[in-house]
Amino acid sequence: MRVGVLALQGDFREHISALNHCNVEATEVRRVGELEKIDALIIPGGESTTIVSLAKTFEIFEPIKKRIASGMPTYGSCAGMIMLADHIVAAKDGQETFGGIDITVRRNAFGRQVDSFETDISAPAISSTPIRAVFIRAPWVEKIGKGVEVLASYEGSDSKAHAVAVRQDHLLATAFHPEITDDYSVHRYFLEKVCK
Amino acid sequence: MAQESGTSRVKRGMAEMLKGGVIMDVVNVEQAKIAEDAGAVAVMALERVPADIRAQGGVARMSDPDMIAAIQAAVSIPVMAKARIGHFVEAQILQSLGVDYIDESEVLTPTDYTNHINKWDFTVPFVCGATNLGEALRRINEGAAMIRSKGEAGTGDVSNAMTHMRQIGGEIRRLTSMREDELYVAAKEMQAPYDLVKEVAANGKLPVVLFTAGGIATPADAALMMQMGADGVFIGSGIFKSGDPQRRASACVKATTFFNDPKVVGDASRGLGEAMVGINVADLPAPHRLSERGW
Repeated sequence: MRVGVLALQGDFREHISALNHCNVEATEVRRVGELEKIDALIIPGGESTTIVSLAKTFEIFEPIKKRIASGMPTYGSCAGMIMLADHIVAAKDGQETFGGIDITVRRNAFGRQVDSFETDISAPAISSTPIRAVFIRAPWVEKIGKGVEVLASYEGSDSKAHAVAVRQDHLLATAFHPEITDDYSVHRYFLEKVCK
Repeated sequence: MAQESGTSRVKRGMAEMLKGGVIMDVVNVEQAKIAEDAGAVAVMALERVPADIRAQGGVARMSDPDMIAAIQAAVSIPVMAKARIGHFVEAQILQSLGVDYIDESEVLTPTDYTNHINKWDFTVPFVCGATNLGEALRRINEGAAMIRSKGEAGTGDVSNAMTHMRQIGGEIRRLTSMREDELYVAAKEMQAPYDLVKEVAANGKLPVVLFTAGGIATPADAALMMQMGADGVFIGSGIFKSGDPQRRASACVKATTFFNDPKVVGDASRGLGEAMVGINVADLPAPHRLSERGW
């Protein structure tokens, strides 16, 4: 299986390195030609507004959207979760997403950088031990549609639990960044369970 | 389960998310929106861009909190702001405003000619300028979570950015080829903590993200710095002191992502109108060189 990481902006190198730790080679994807050569995609952390703008300019936005809709296994972390959500709130005016997961995601829901944090979260479907989760200006899932499985939740500043890891069929999204820790269980889950 | 904020991983991680991006200086809401529309990964909110600070002279200080708050309200991308070197109260104010990153910047008039801010005291992360590896490691030792090579701000002359990137890169490469017993003297000579020197020697890179700043005025300048090993670029006066800021901003974003593709960088360079006029760094009298501030 050939895995690509969308490399328009953000921490794509960290995702490639996490995949390498799982003994999977990964390629950087910026062009339609590179997209055509892969079987699965990771959308990294970064600025979702920048990623959308570059994807549109270099005409890879619609091709990615189509591949995701037609079943390409895809995982998105943080900005990647925003990109995979069907609906977003607190977004830039008119901000579009690739979509695919029937959720509404609130951008920067956990607050600004001074509110960013790391913690251990429990996600039994992914790992039997707690996962170190780093939330950076992180989004959360506000509404969940049918067919979306919640893999982990975490309490926000509103004292309510919000989904922070979700799966719908061939699509996986986390509000946190496993790629900047040395815990590869989310990447393994993506490769072994979601990509199958 | 315990929730920890302001850890090194959270601070440095924020900079990781900015990689491959352009951070633009903006002085008002309108410019901030242009920057966001053009695909900037963050904006630096300040009252005067470096070129104006240079032209107008006087003491340059932290911006008015009202101006910073207005920009925070106007855009969804991260907002950074500058504090004077050593002015930890300006930094406390910026943290209380909820800015996403503080730049302890030589572009403003320094407050303390001996010490920098103890950045470990803060939850908000800091970026600091450096002209060489020793300076970068001293800043990291004080808690900086991101480094930018200084260049010479407000000139539109990229030559000092080049010098500083070559200097930092060259010193890192030299460390990686040293025997372990030589690293002690290397640390002494570059006036940097031994543990950080050892870490850089082992990994062949800084422990934090390295951006480039100071004098970048064209898409080609941005791509040049990326090819020199920068993780991303700061563009200060270069965008909003040019003829067509909107187009130039978007062109620099494209060139930063596709820095290895001359065709993209070339296309992005077409029809941008006038670049900022600029000043040759060589013509600047020594007291006006901002990159020499920092110790």
